[in-house]
Amino acid sequence: MTPKPEPITVEIIVNGTPRRAVVEPRTTLVDFLRDHLGLTGTHVGCEHGICGACSVLLEGEAVRACCLFAVQADGLSVTTVEGLAPARGALSRLQDAFCEAHALQCGYCTPGMLIACHDLLSRNPRPSEAEIREAIAGNLCRCTGYQQIVEAVMLASGQEVAHV
Amino acid sequence: MSEAPPFRYIGRRRRAVEHRRFVTGQGRFAADIALPGLLHVAIVASPHASARIARLDASAALALPGVQAVLTGEELQPEIEPMLPGVDAPEVRRFPLARGVVRYAGEWVAAVVAESRALAEDAAELVEVDYDPLPHVVDPEAALAPDAPLVHPAHGSNLLFRREFVWGPVEEEMAAAAHRLSYRVRWGRSATVPIETFVCTAQWNDAAGLLDVWASIQMPKFPDLLARCLRLPGNAVRVYFDVDVGGSYGVKRGLKHAILVGYLARKLGRPVRFLEDRLENMRGGDMQGPDRIFDVTLAFDPDGVIRAMRLRALDDVGAYAGRSPFQLGKPVGAIVGPYMIGSVAYEAISVLTNKTPQEAVRGFGQSPTNYAIETGIDRIARFLGLDRIEIRRRNLIPPERFPYRIPSGTVYDSGDYARVMDKALAAAPYEELLRQREALRAAGKLAGIGIATCLEPSGGNSSFEPLFNPKNRTTTWMDSCLIRVDLNGAVTAIMATSSSGQAHETLVSTVVGEVLQRDPDSIRVIHADSLSALPSNSPVGSRMAIMLGGAAAGAAKRIRAKLLRIAAHNLGLPEAALEWRDGAAVPREAPERALSWDRLVEIAHREFHNLPPGMEPGLQESFVWEVPTGGALPTPDGRVQMYPCHSFEAHVVLASIDPETGKVTLHRYVVGHDCGVMINPDVVHGMTYGGVAHGLGAALMEKFAYSPEGQLLSGSFMDYLLPSAMEVPPITIVDHCTPSPLTEFGQKGSGEAGYLGAPAAIASAINDALAPFGVALDALPMTPAAIWRALRAARTARAAVEPAREPA
Repeated sequence: MTPKPEPITVEIIVNGTPRRAVVEPRTTLVDFLRDHLGLTGTHVGCEHGICGACSVLLEGEAVRACCLFAVQADGLSVTTVEGLAPARGALSRLQDAFCEAHALQCGYCTPGMLIACHDLLSRNPRPSEAEIREAIAGNLCRCTGYQQIVEAVMLASGQEVAHV
Repeated sequence: MSEAPPFRYIGRRRRAVEHRRFVTGQGRFAADIALPGLLHVAIVASPHASARIARLDASAALALPGVQAVLTGEELQPEIEPMLPGVDAPEVRRFPLARGVVRYAGEWVAAVVAESRALAEDAAELVEVDYDPLPHVVDPEAALAPDAPLVHPAHGSNLLFRREFVWGPVEEEMAAAAHRLSYRVRWGRSATVPIETFVCTAQWNDAAGLLDVWASIQMPKFPDLLARCLRLPGNAVRVYFDVDVGGSYGVKRGLKHAILVGYLARKLGRPVRFLEDRLENMRGGDMQGPDRIFDVTLAFDPDGVIRAMRLRALDDVGAYAGRSPFQLGKPVGAIVGPYMIGSVAYEAISVLTNKTPQEAVRGFGQSPTNYAIETGIDRIARFLGLDRIEIRRRNLIPPERFPYRIPSGTVYDSGDYARVMDKALAAAPYEELLRQREALRAAGKLAGIGIATCLEPSGGNSSFEPLFNPKNRTTTWMDSCLIRVDLNGAVTAIMATSSSGQAHETLVSTVVGEVLQRDPDSIRVIHADSLSALPSNSPVGSRMAIMLGGAAAGAAKRIRAKLLRIAAHNLGLPEAALEWRDGAAVPREAPERALSWDRLVEIAHREFHNLPPGMEPGLQESFVWEVPTGGALPTPDGRVQMYPCHSFEAHVVLASIDPETGKVTLHRYVVGHDCGVMINPDVVHGMTYGGVAHGLGAALMEKFAYSPEGQLLSGSFMDYLLPSAMEVPPITIVDHCTPSPLTEFGQKGSGEAGYLGAPAAIASAINDALAPFGVALDALPMTPAAIWRALRAARTARAAVEPAREPA
């Protein structure tokens, strides 16, 4: 076995607050968030970049926190599900729409799904159903069949939900 | 009856109370439990399907700073009790860690415990294991050959279980019918594959002699089994049911995980967590689903009316078994589907192979069985040149025949099958699908319409246990609820199991609110731990709307009855003169004298002098409910009431296939669904959408594939494909309501909705699309490669007949 590399100090702005920690170079961003910062809202599903459960916003864009090292985010800003609400105890419009449309069941994929949808709405405030489906195609959900997630995003973007 | 019954809260839209914590990242999953001094586990797994462990050397791993222990089967097995199969096969013993031999690739051989997960994984790579490979068998039919290598030599055979049932004059009916059609279909090895893997965290307290367990589980009798295997009294194991479980749909059993972690926590005196990574989950998590070969013969008359069925199901359970053989037993309770088939012979065979063990999957064996039956209905239609819908119409049990006893002894409670099918066809609408199918075909695509009409038994009972194991006399399968009203009048309901997305807190608060006429959003629902809990058999078998809903209603009715007694005593009126209205006790003849909720609570908690003589003070009531229709053993010839309630689903789907690639696209998907009274329609619809998506995976994409050497070839999400939002089409659900006469509000179960019919319906569409080519597929999943190969074979055959019309 090769000798263990020296730990590295990283500083990442997480949900608006600079957070500094000493990490092993191999520490992934998701492990950093969960284990070093205690932000357990971001989940781990496959650890190989397919399921999207670990999605966070890095400099405003959705990325997979299981496929990034914490050191790669050094000096950058990260938003997790804990940072989506406008204030403590409140819900963002998207979070509220997820509750209203029953866009979740077990809640495990939900943080990553919210990040993907938040990312979509920040680029495209009135997406079509096809655009929503494409935007969440990298986030796997085993509970919902995606339909009520699509409806939630329509609702959050002020569009009529076409109950087919 | 299809109008929504007049309830105040039941059946109305209401936000699930669970959602708020999940959308804000405040769920509490097993991997989120942080304990001081937590140690982490990594697994050393067998690379061989069958081998003798010749040497195991952990010294290099143990030398690594931060490594606390390397546990092997040699140490562990003598210290614990084995996990046994549900059927009577005492030599098929499973332990968390192998000792001496390994029986499948991925079987756990050693557990490395270290200060961090990464360090444990580093150390696991340093554990040296030498194996002497042994003969192995991966094909279930080959496993039954007389000279097959034995997975468990002490068991003496790879046949784990076999029973043949004959219900009615099958031979006579077979002989008397005008036609007999025999076919084979194969259900591929897939599973529910939740996005959260298994996680277990445990902590041993020396002073109390108590093991605390937080696990992502959905398993009947988990705490009792865990305690027994660890040789601890039941009250030395406390399983916390307030852990959010990240999806399960049947598979999250995790007993071996918890035995391992519990043993390590006790041995090391520090809290220990094992969190599977995805490969461990797929390969060694023991959660693969049914893997079945069906041989079916249907006997029918020229009008398509089916008289008898012979069904042989050979199921590959892998190298070990827990409850998996019972997945052949549950379908006994819906063995004829929704059809009036008068006599049935059923042969159920469980086979051991050198593959990852099978576990319970959504529907507990019913979806494969439904696929086998529905395939036959389509085949009869094709054989007779009759319409598939018309064939179904002639065989569906009509509404006036309920309650209807099927040949295997189960009584279906209620249903209106043809009407639900008609509603689905009208919603499609079917004529439009026919037009679209022709348009797609005209555009050069292959296109087909799929139909499936399937049963969803619900109210999860365990009658298959005594049916499949004569030593098992279980007829009790209760669930329970405890309700407390505090002295400020707030209501707390306590349930006794964990949830994995079924919105049980919403269910219980809605039901309790309905009975007490209190705002459901004011009612808190908590999950007890196993030492403070009343009995539960966990949310298996689509049972909680019925069983937990029934228990919660029962406890709430006792609260209500007590408050009415207090009111009658204080008003000097007979109880019959009072009614419960808007959460208060109201005299019918003098409503102005009503006693309010707050006043009644005050009397119950603080005014013993105003209580009726002999009444217990305070306000707390429990209710433990046995499954309705439960409580009876099977007859000697294997007739049994399996589940109490029977939901029904009719699927209509339009699919097309790209002839060049074999890729399938679903253009229209409609489900007609009847699960009686829906307590929360959003929750029911959500599970139905999800069930269809899951069924789509089983039909087209998902398979645990094995090489001839017994190596799992699809251990990651790169190879085991889960449907995304691009594959799952928009789905239309058409509700129908035939209330169950057996339940408090007329509800039936719906947790398996969608999944029980989708694979059959999608397979039906694929075969309708392939029919013009003279091709039929008879195995799931119908992957693009399988479709492409079938088409190529058809083209080759056609080219041989008409060589001039095919390009070179």
